[in-house]
Amino acid sequence: MYKAKIWITLRTGILDPAGQAVQKGLHSQGFVGVRDVRMGKAIELLLDAENEHEAGNLVRETCERLLVNPVMEDYTFTLEAGA
Amino acid sequence: MKFGVVVFPGSNCDVDCYHAAKVVYGQPTDYVWHETSDLSAYDCIVLPGGFSYGDYLRAGAIARFSPVMQAVAEEADRGKLILGICNGFQILLEAGLLPGAMRRNDHLQFRCETRHVRLENNRTAFTHLGSLGQVSRLPIAHAEGNYYIDEQGLAEIKRHKQIVFRYCDEDGQVTAAANPNGALENIAGIINRRGNVFGLMPHPERAVEDISGNTDGQLVWTSILKWWEARHA
Repeated sequence: MYKAKIWITLRTGILDPAGQAVQKGLHSQGFVGVRDVRMGKAIELLLDAENEHEAGNLVRETCERLLVNPVMEDYTFTLEAGA
Repeated sequence: MKFGVVVFPGSNCDVDCYHAAKVVYGQPTDYVWHETSDLSAYDCIVLPGGFSYGDYLRAGAIARFSPVMQAVAEEADRGKLILGICNGFQILLEAGLLPGAMRRNDHLQFRCETRHVRLENNRTAFTHLGSLGQVSRLPIAHAEGNYYIDEQGLAEIKRHKQIVFRYCDEDGQVTAAANPNGALENIAGIINRRGNVFGLMPHPERAVEDISGNTDGQLVWTSILKWWEARHA
Protein backbone atom coordinates (compact mmCIF):
# COMPACT_ATOMS: atom_id res chain seq x y z
CA MET A 1 0.00 0.00 0.00
CA TYR A 2 1.26 3.45 -0.87
CA LYS A 3 -0.02 6.88 -0.07
CA ALA A 4 0.42 9.37 -2.89
CA LYS A 5 0.25 13.09 -2.22
CA ILE A 6 -0.39 14.97 -5.42
CA TRP A 7 0.04 18.71 -5.73
CA ILE A 8 -1.59 20.41 -8.72
CA THR A 9 -0.92 24.03 -9.69
CA LEU A 10 -1.67 26.24 -12.65
CA ARG A 11 1.20 26.11 -15.12
CA THR A 12 3.89 28.73 -14.73
CA GLY A 13 2.92 31.85 -16.61
CA ILE A 14 -0.81 31.27 -16.29
CA LEU A 15 -2.40 33.96 -14.17
CA ASP A 16 -3.59 32.62 -10.82
CA PRO A 17 -6.36 35.03 -9.70
CA ALA A 18 -7.02 33.18 -6.45
CA GLY A 19 -3.31 33.34 -5.56
CA GLN A 20 -3.25 37.06 -6.35
CA ALA A 21 -6.27 37.71 -4.14
CA VAL A 22 -4.59 35.86 -1.26
CA GLN A 23 -1.36 37.76 -1.85
CA LYS A 24 -3.24 41.07 -1.64
CA GLY A 25 -4.84 39.86 1.59
CA LEU A 26 -1.42 39.02 3.02
CA HIS A 27 -0.01 42.39 1.97
CA SER A 28 -2.91 44.18 3.63
CA GLN A 29 -2.01 42.28 6.82
CA GLY A 30 1.51 43.66 6.61
CA PHE A 31 3.20 40.62 5.07
CA VAL A 32 4.82 42.77 2.41
CA GLY A 33 7.67 40.30 1.93
CA VAL A 34 5.35 37.77 0.27
CA ARG A 35 6.42 38.04 -3.36
CA ASP A 36 4.04 35.56 -4.93
CA VAL A 37 1.22 33.21 -3.99
CA ARG A 38 0.23 30.22 -6.08
CA MET A 39 -2.91 28.33 -5.15
CA GLY A 40 -3.39 24.70 -6.09
CA LYS A 41 -5.11 21.47 -5.26
CA ALA A 42 -3.85 18.75 -2.96
CA ILE A 43 -5.11 15.23 -3.62
CA GLU A 44 -4.23 12.14 -1.61
CA LEU A 45 -4.61 8.65 -3.02
CA LEU A 46 -4.27 5.38 -1.19
CA LEU A 47 -2.95 2.83 -3.68
CA ASP A 48 -2.67 -0.91 -4.01
CA ALA A 49 0.73 -1.32 -5.62
CA GLU A 50 3.54 -3.88 -5.33
CA ASN A 51 6.37 -1.38 -5.37
CA GLU A 52 7.21 2.27 -5.70
CA HIS A 53 7.71 2.05 -9.44
CA GLU A 54 4.22 0.62 -9.94
CA ALA A 55 2.70 3.15 -7.54
CA GLY A 56 4.40 6.02 -9.39
CA ASN A 57 3.07 4.79 -12.72
CA LEU A 58 -0.41 4.52 -11.28
CA VAL A 59 -0.26 8.10 -9.98
CA ARG A 60 0.93 9.41 -13.34
CA GLU A 61 -1.89 7.58 -15.12
CA THR A 62 -4.56 8.98 -12.81
CA CYS A 63 -3.14 12.48 -13.26
CA GLU A 64 -2.94 12.29 -17.00
CA ARG A 65 -6.34 10.68 -17.40
CA LEU A 66 -8.43 12.78 -15.03
CA LEU A 67 -6.85 14.63 -12.12
CA VAL A 68 -4.83 17.15 -14.13
CA ASN A 69 -5.70 19.20 -17.18
CA PRO A 70 -2.34 19.43 -18.97
CA VAL A 71 -3.50 22.41 -21.01
CA MET A 72 -3.27 24.62 -17.92
CA GLU A 73 -1.98 22.59 -14.97
CA ASP A 74 1.24 20.99 -13.73
CA TYR A 75 1.58 18.40 -10.99
CA THR A 76 4.12 16.88 -8.65
CA PHE A 77 3.71 14.04 -6.19
CA THR A 78 5.35 12.17 -3.37
CA LEU A 79 4.91 8.54 -2.32
CA GLU A 80 4.90 7.11 1.14
CA ALA A 81 5.23 3.34 1.57
CA GLY A 82 3.15 1.28 3.97
CA ALA A 83 0.73 4.08 4.67
CA MET B 1 -34.65 18.23 -37.29
CA LYS B 2 -34.23 16.09 -34.22
CA PHE B 3 -32.55 17.50 -31.12
CA GLY B 4 -31.08 15.55 -28.20
CA VAL B 5 -30.45 17.51 -25.02
CA VAL B 6 -27.98 15.64 -22.83
CA VAL B 7 -28.73 15.62 -19.11
CA PHE B 8 -25.83 15.13 -16.71
CA PRO B 9 -26.26 14.97 -12.95
CA GLY B 10 -26.10 18.68 -12.16
CA SER B 11 -27.20 20.05 -15.53
CA ASN B 12 -29.62 22.94 -15.00
CA CYS B 13 -30.08 24.57 -18.41
CA ASP B 14 -31.37 21.38 -20.00
CA VAL B 15 -34.97 22.55 -19.58
CA ASP B 16 -34.23 25.87 -21.29
CA CYS B 17 -32.54 24.13 -24.22
CA TYR B 18 -35.39 21.65 -24.50
CA HIS B 19 -37.90 24.51 -24.38
CA ALA B 20 -36.09 26.41 -27.14
CA ALA B 21 -35.81 23.44 -29.48
CA LYS B 22 -39.19 21.84 -28.75
CA VAL B 23 -41.56 24.67 -27.91
CA VAL B 24 -40.08 27.77 -29.53
CA TYR B 25 -38.87 26.07 -32.72
CA GLY B 26 -41.30 23.12 -32.77
CA GLN B 27 -38.64 20.46 -33.37
CA PRO B 28 -38.81 16.88 -32.09
CA THR B 29 -36.59 16.95 -29.03
CA ASP B 30 -35.61 14.42 -26.37
CA TYR B 31 -33.85 14.65 -23.07
CA VAL B 32 -30.97 12.18 -23.19
CA TRP B 33 -29.64 10.80 -19.90
CA HIS B 34 -25.85 10.82 -19.62
CA GLU B 35 -25.73 7.01 -19.42
CA THR B 36 -27.03 6.71 -22.99
CA SER B 37 -24.48 5.31 -25.39
CA ASP B 38 -26.31 5.73 -28.70
CA LEU B 39 -27.09 9.20 -30.08
CA SER B 40 -27.46 8.17 -33.72
CA ALA B 41 -31.13 9.27 -33.78
CA TYR B 42 -30.26 12.95 -33.35
CA ASP B 43 -29.29 15.61 -35.89
CA CYS B 44 -28.11 18.06 -33.26
CA ILE B 45 -26.84 17.18 -29.81
CA VAL B 46 -26.92 19.89 -27.16
CA LEU B 47 -24.70 19.81 -24.08
CA PRO B 48 -26.46 22.26 -21.78
CA GLY B 49 -25.23 24.52 -19.02
CA GLY B 50 -25.16 23.72 -15.34
CA PHE B 51 -22.78 22.19 -12.86
CA SER B 52 -22.31 18.60 -13.97
CA TYR B 53 -20.94 16.54 -11.08
CA GLY B 54 -20.89 19.69 -8.96
CA ASP B 55 -17.95 21.04 -10.98
CA TYR B 56 -15.75 18.89 -8.70
CA LEU B 57 -12.09 18.73 -9.70
CA ARG B 58 -12.62 21.03 -12.73
CA ALA B 59 -15.76 22.13 -14.55
CA GLY B 60 -16.63 19.36 -17.00
CA ALA B 61 -13.74 17.11 -15.97
CA ILE B 62 -15.87 14.25 -14.68
CA ALA B 63 -18.78 14.64 -17.09
CA ARG B 64 -16.45 13.98 -20.00
CA PHE B 65 -16.16 10.35 -18.85
CA SER B 66 -19.93 9.82 -18.89
CA PRO B 67 -20.90 7.05 -21.33
CA VAL B 68 -22.76 9.58 -23.46
CA MET B 69 -19.53 11.44 -24.25
CA GLN B 70 -18.20 8.49 -26.25
CA ALA B 71 -21.39 8.71 -28.30
CA VAL B 72 -20.99 12.49 -28.64
CA ALA B 73 -17.47 11.95 -30.00
CA GLU B 74 -18.76 9.33 -32.46
CA GLU B 75 -21.55 11.58 -33.74
CA ALA B 76 -19.10 14.48 -34.00
CA ASP B 77 -16.95 12.21 -36.16
CA ARG B 78 -19.95 11.58 -38.38
CA GLY B 79 -20.41 15.31 -38.83
CA LYS B 80 -23.46 15.77 -36.61
CA LEU B 81 -23.92 19.19 -35.06
CA ILE B 82 -22.78 19.40 -31.45
CA LEU B 83 -23.65 22.52 -29.47
CA GLY B 84 -22.04 23.00 -26.04
CA ILE B 85 -23.33 25.89 -23.98
CA CYS B 86 -21.54 27.11 -20.83
CA ASN B 87 -20.90 23.90 -18.84
CA GLY B 88 -21.44 22.08 -22.14
CA PHE B 89 -18.58 24.12 -23.63
CA GLN B 90 -16.40 23.28 -20.62
CA ILE B 91 -17.15 19.57 -21.13
CA LEU B 92 -16.23 19.77 -24.82
CA LEU B 93 -12.89 21.34 -23.84
CA GLU B 94 -12.19 18.70 -21.20
CA ALA B 95 -13.11 15.98 -23.70
CA GLY B 96 -10.69 17.42 -26.23
CA LEU B 97 -13.45 17.91 -28.82
CA LEU B 98 -12.52 21.61 -28.77
CA PRO B 99 -9.03 23.02 -28.08
CA GLY B 100 -8.04 24.95 -24.95
CA ALA B 101 -9.19 25.00 -21.33
CA MET B 102 -11.34 27.04 -18.99
CA ARG B 103 -9.89 28.85 -15.97
CA ARG B 104 -11.73 30.57 -13.15
CA ASN B 105 -12.89 34.07 -13.97
CA ASP B 106 -9.99 36.45 -13.37
CA HIS B 107 -11.96 38.38 -10.71
CA LEU B 108 -13.05 35.10 -9.04
CA GLN B 109 -16.72 36.09 -9.13
CA PHE B 110 -19.68 34.32 -10.62
CA ARG B 111 -21.09 36.62 -13.31
CA CYS B 112 -24.75 36.52 -14.25
CA GLU B 113 -25.58 39.36 -16.63
CA THR B 114 -26.20 40.28 -20.24
CA ARG B 115 -23.11 40.86 -22.37
CA HIS B 116 -22.38 41.93 -25.92
CA VAL B 117 -20.62 39.57 -28.28
CA ARG B 118 -19.32 40.20 -31.78
CA LEU B 119 -19.71 37.62 -34.52
CA GLU B 120 -16.23 36.74 -35.79
CA ASN B 121 -17.17 33.91 -38.14
CA ASN B 122 -20.50 33.77 -39.96
CA ARG B 123 -19.53 30.85 -42.17
CA THR B 124 -20.56 28.18 -39.71
CA ALA B 125 -23.68 26.03 -39.39
CA PHE B 126 -24.38 27.82 -36.11
CA THR B 127 -24.04 31.45 -37.24
CA HIS B 128 -24.46 31.73 -41.01
CA LEU B 129 -27.59 33.91 -40.71
CA GLY B 130 -25.57 36.62 -38.97
CA SER B 131 -23.31 39.18 -40.56
CA LEU B 132 -19.64 39.48 -39.79
CA GLY B 133 -19.07 41.91 -36.92
CA GLN B 134 -22.71 41.77 -35.89
CA VAL B 135 -23.18 42.60 -32.21
CA SER B 136 -25.59 40.47 -30.15
CA ARG B 137 -26.68 40.74 -26.54
CA LEU B 138 -26.54 37.40 -24.79
CA PRO B 139 -26.88 36.30 -21.16
CA ILE B 140 -23.86 34.83 -19.42
CA ALA B 141 -23.84 33.00 -16.07
CA HIS B 142 -20.57 31.39 -15.05
CA ALA B 143 -17.58 31.42 -12.72
CA GLU B 144 -15.25 29.59 -15.09
CA GLY B 145 -15.36 31.25 -18.47
CA ASN B 146 -11.80 32.48 -18.60
CA TYR B 147 -10.75 30.77 -21.83
CA TYR B 148 -7.13 29.78 -22.18
CA ILE B 149 -5.06 28.27 -24.95
CA ASP B 150 -1.29 28.39 -25.43
CA GLU B 151 0.31 30.66 -28.02
CA GLN B 152 0.69 27.97 -30.63
CA GLY B 153 -2.90 26.83 -30.14
CA LEU B 154 -4.14 30.40 -30.43
CA ALA B 155 -2.31 30.89 -33.72
CA GLU B 156 -3.82 27.63 -34.89
CA ILE B 157 -7.45 28.50 -34.06
CA LYS B 158 -6.99 31.93 -35.63
CA ARG B 159 -5.58 30.45 -38.82
CA HIS B 160 -8.59 28.18 -39.13
CA LYS B 161 -11.08 30.91 -38.19
CA GLN B 162 -12.27 28.93 -35.18
CA ILE B 163 -13.08 31.95 -33.02
CA VAL B 164 -16.82 32.50 -33.50
CA PHE B 165 -17.75 35.04 -30.80
CA ARG B 166 -15.75 37.62 -28.87
CA TYR B 167 -16.98 39.72 -25.96
CA CYS B 168 -17.25 43.36 -27.02
CA ASP B 169 -18.90 46.62 -26.00
CA GLU B 170 -22.21 47.76 -27.48
CA ASP B 171 -20.41 49.32 -30.43
CA GLY B 172 -18.64 46.10 -31.25
CA GLN B 173 -15.26 47.14 -29.89
CA VAL B 174 -13.34 44.24 -28.39
CA THR B 175 -11.88 45.87 -25.26
CA ALA B 176 -10.59 44.74 -21.88
CA ALA B 177 -13.52 46.51 -20.21
CA ALA B 178 -15.95 44.44 -22.29
CA ASN B 179 -14.34 41.19 -21.17
CA PRO B 180 -16.43 39.70 -18.35
CA ASN B 181 -14.04 36.98 -17.20
CA GLY B 182 -10.48 37.52 -18.45
CA ALA B 183 -10.85 35.17 -21.42
CA LEU B 184 -7.87 35.23 -23.74
CA GLU B 185 -8.53 37.75 -26.55
CA ASN B 186 -12.12 38.10 -25.30
CA ILE B 187 -12.97 34.68 -26.71
CA ALA B 188 -16.59 33.73 -25.93
CA GLY B 189 -17.12 30.85 -28.37
CA ILE B 190 -15.07 28.61 -30.66
CA ILE B 191 -15.75 25.92 -33.23
CA ASN B 192 -13.74 22.88 -34.27
CA ARG B 193 -11.88 22.87 -37.54
CA ARG B 194 -14.47 20.74 -39.27
CA GLY B 195 -17.18 23.22 -38.27
CA ASN B 196 -19.66 20.88 -36.57
CA VAL B 197 -18.71 21.19 -32.89
CA PHE B 198 -19.41 24.59 -31.37
CA GLY B 199 -18.95 25.72 -27.78
CA LEU B 200 -19.81 29.07 -26.22
CA MET B 201 -20.13 30.51 -22.74
CA PRO B 202 -23.17 32.77 -23.40
CA HIS B 203 -26.65 31.23 -23.35
CA PRO B 204 -28.50 31.63 -26.67
CA GLU B 205 -31.30 29.39 -25.33
CA ARG B 206 -32.18 32.08 -22.78
CA ALA B 207 -32.75 34.73 -25.43
CA VAL B 208 -35.19 33.33 -27.96
CA GLU B 209 -38.56 34.74 -26.88
CA ASP B 210 -39.92 38.28 -26.56
CA ILE B 211 -41.14 37.49 -23.07
CA SER B 212 -37.54 37.21 -21.86
CA GLY B 213 -36.78 40.68 -23.23
CA ASN B 214 -34.07 39.54 -25.61
CA THR B 215 -34.23 37.46 -28.78
CA ASP B 216 -30.62 37.75 -29.94
CA GLY B 217 -30.08 34.06 -29.19
CA GLN B 218 -32.26 33.23 -32.18
CA LEU B 219 -29.22 33.72 -34.40
CA VAL B 220 -27.72 30.41 -33.26
CA TRP B 221 -30.95 28.37 -33.26
CA THR B 222 -32.31 29.58 -36.58
CA SER B 223 -28.89 29.20 -38.21
CA ILE B 224 -28.81 25.56 -37.10
CA LEU B 225 -32.34 24.92 -38.38
CA LYS B 226 -31.79 26.60 -41.76
CA TRP B 227 -28.46 24.86 -42.21
CA TRP B 228 -30.09 21.50 -41.66
CA GLU B 229 -33.16 22.29 -43.79
CA ALA B 230 -30.96 23.30 -46.71
CA ARG B 231 -29.41 19.82 -46.58
CA HIS B 232 -32.47 17.73 -45.86
CA ALA B 233 -35.54 19.52 -47.21
